[in-house]
Amino acid sequence: MSATRAAARPGRATAVESTRPRRAVPTLLRHLAVAAGVALLVLMASYQLDSFRNFQLATVAAYLCATAGLTVLTGLCGQLSLGHGALMATGAYALALTQSAFAERGLIAGGWLIVSLVVAVLATVVVGAVVGVVAARLRGPYLAGLTLAVAVVVPALTVTFDGVFNGEQGLPVPVAPAPAGLGLYFPHERWQLWVAAAATLLCLVLLANLVRSRYGRSFRAVRDDEVAARLAGIHVARTQVIAFVVSAASAGLGGALLAVLAQRVSPGAFGLTLSLFLLMAVVIGGLGRLAGAVWGAFLLVALPDLTHSLTNLFTLSPAAAQRLEGNVPLAIFGGTLIVVMIAAPGGVQGLLSRLTGALRARWPVRRS
Amino acid sequence: MDRFLFLTLDGLSRGAVYAAFALALVLIWRAGRIVNFAQGAMAVAAAYVAYSVTAATGSYWLGFGAALLAGLLLGAVVDIAVMRLVDHRSPLNPVIVALGLVLLIQAVLGMVYGNEYLPAQTPFSRSALTVGGTAVLSPYDLFVFATVGVVGAALVWIFTRTAIGLRMRAAAFAPEVSRLLGVNVGGMLTLGWALASGVGALAGMLVIPTELGLHPHAMDLVFVSAFTAAVIGGLDSPPGAVVGGLGVGLLLSYVSGYAGGDLIPLAVLALLMTVLLVRPGGLFAPVTARRV
Amino acid sequence: MTADLLTVEALAAGYGPVPVLHDVDLRVPTGTIAAVIGANGAGKTTLLRTLSGMLRPTAGRILLDGRDLRGTAVEQLVRRGVAHVPEGRGVIGELTVEENLRLGALWRRDRGDAARALDEVYQLFEPLAARRRHLGHQLSGGERQMLALGRALVGRPRLLLLDEPSLGLAPRVVAQTMALLRRLRDENGLTVLLVEQNVRSALAVADQGIVMSLGRIALAAPAARLRDDADLRHAYLGF
Repeated sequence: MSATRAAARPGRATAVESTRPRRAVPTLLRHLAVAAGVALLVLMASYQLDSFRNFQLATVAAYLCATAGLTVLTGLCGQLSLGHGALMATGAYALALTQSAFAERGLIAGGWLIVSLVVAVLATVVVGAVVGVVAARLRGPYLAGLTLAVAVVVPALTVTFDGVFNGEQGLPVPVAPAPAGLGLYFPHERWQLWVAAAATLLCLVLLANLVRSRYGRSFRAVRDDEVAARLAGIHVARTQVIAFVVSAASAGLGGALLAVLAQRVSPGAFGLTLSLFLLMAVVIGGLGRLAGAVWGAFLLVALPDLTHSLTNLFTLSPAAAQRLEGNVPLAIFGGTLIVVMIAAPGGVQGLLSRLTGALRARWPVRRS
Repeated sequence: MDRFLFLTLDGLSRGAVYAAFALALVLIWRAGRIVNFAQGAMAVAAAYVAYSVTAATGSYWLGFGAALLAGLLLGAVVDIAVMRLVDHRSPLNPVIVALGLVLLIQAVLGMVYGNEYLPAQTPFSRSALTVGGTAVLSPYDLFVFATVGVVGAALVWIFTRTAIGLRMRAAAFAPEVSRLLGVNVGGMLTLGWALASGVGALAGMLVIPTELGLHPHAMDLVFVSAFTAAVIGGLDSPPGAVVGGLGVGLLLSYVSGYAGGDLIPLAVLALLMTVLLVRPGGLFAPVTARRV
Repeated sequence: MTADLLTVEALAAGYGPVPVLHDVDLRVPTGTIAAVIGANGAGKTTLLRTLSGMLRPTAGRILLDGRDLRGTAVEQLVRRGVAHVPEGRGVIGELTVEENLRLGALWRRDRGDAARALDEVYQLFEPLAARRRHLGHQLSGGERQMLALGRALVGRPRLLLLDEPSLGLAPRVVAQTMALLRRLRDENGLTVLLVEQNVRSALAVADQGIVMSLGRIALAAPAARLRDDADLRHAYLGF
């Protein structure tokens, strides 16, 4: 089964679900309700977990923006992008520059961060639109090659224009501490999680609504059959550019959040490897489902953490440990990706749906 | 004027390597309709083999031979152990699998050799000879031209003059008919992968010493440049890949010489975008803008 | 002992879950021409594809000279003396005439005889000799036909499988082709299984007519009977 076909089925399934007459609650309200529930869970978790886990969860949220955006583009609209790491870099650097500019003028209150995030998203929208317009004309290996070039070249530009981006050193990101109203000893990581989770939930609600909207249907139509989509009156190129821009905006937000969390941006963090990681995460999570993007984002954070714990089990020289820690997650990701593409092109979420589908078939449950 | 001559010759030398690498991409594209995005990583792996062999024996040439052999083998292994198992009905699948290979190969290299730049030797001096007071080519440049020339001629000879080359072309153009005529199509595809990967390894051996040195990511930008060259040539055309490679080499040399080496990545991206916008099918093929 | 070069017993085959051939039995004696005729979609091409191993049978046996062909890879078939000229003739447009012909004999160990066979084909089809260096896609329909047949013949096959040789060709060229098949049968003892929609020209040259309908053999009879017996023709061929 091919990836696009595997993706095609759940796409149709969700479309059916959304038109199910039983659901009287409007889509937006339903998504908002889910988001509120998740927000409550995150809020409770942020008090239960230690600082480090809070920080990790915040990182998951940041990656989730990017993987969700990539899922919309690749899974729903059928366009491959190897360049989302570069788009994250765009968002991250835009945020760093804006925050620094604010800090220079003494505007350090937390509210300015929202402005910076918006600027970061807008900057990525511009870059995404440029790439998207070219990409909409391209297919298959040409599109892959172009976005790969974007992934390789954009981080290198920080060295080309080191007057602005400060080369390999990168830029600091001044971020305001947690509001004083939360108390003097309020952990910074908890505040980071709140910020990241809030931004990410907003992004996901918007994406989920887009997916269920007229645009989402156009995306899927274009993915499944361009000619048929055109005959049905869909402007294919415009649809693809929209998908690319939306996806870029999400990646930009993700990158900006990463910058907020790390309080520093440098090109090393946004190289080709990050772009490939994002694609891997989306594929392994399961193309074409936003739920798959969640799995992917968790994997991106969990896997390096897991290898770190694993290498700690052995007594290694510091140099050897560093080599392994940096590279084992890459190797696992690469290997898993190959195996998943060969054995289960539907990814984790595909396996889960197949499993629950099989269970349902065996024990039909009456659902109201 | 002297500077222009120097940059031109330097660009042609650089371009010869891009041409070889683009040729390797075109070989696999023609054989199996796959752009091998793992080719850069595979070439780096071969170069690391050369590094180890040279370190153990002290001989550059033993390392050079080992790299070619490793390239050939790696190509065959990738086809048999990975690509053959991939469902090719969606063009996304082989691309994604190739990217998985990039991560895997780069990770293994990083684990074994570390993520620092290692020095890469050259068999000849890289300082330019002067003719009548004008700096022209270095002995190493001449070595690059000779090697790429020999490899190009060998490929032409294999594909146009030998029975195995005829089989490989037939298998690529018409797999089903070729099987009916007794051609082992799967074997020819594997051979194509091996050859392409061998040529890619050679290109890697030639280009890595001229850049920052040996590193798991050493070929990333070279891959993008060579891909651009192959696209200029139309992906399907070996002569197009050579012309495209030389063209990209010249352009990058002029950009580097007149505007600064930092601008090379940007120049590559701008060139690729322009070519894809203006002639997505390449300069050597009829325009086929939308390939699904 | 059998004088049949090709024997098919209870053969069934199809594409995925869709069965196309059901319970097909047929025998082609050595040195004869058998014409498989029938409407579009009767399963004629599927039969040929199954015989040459491109499609795996789901049941039944295919015997070549009394030996089961099961497990013989498509690539190996040509070494057992079977040449298959596929639907649309399979001329490789990107290769020259000479390369197409050489490809037909590349598998042969006896290089000397392969070269002789190539010369013979050029003598048999003189227009090809004049266009050796031309690419396959530059040829006319008739020349492609010659090239496809020539490429099959340089392998010196015992059994020739032909899929719709008359398709898209002028009547004169069709007649020439059929005459050539007859000559090869009479002079070289070649056995031919011919799939054809052009019933009249096929039966004119064939020894045996095999009528297929909906994936089954409706009738296998001497070609002369099918040609001459008006009732039989009406019943099975509709003219």
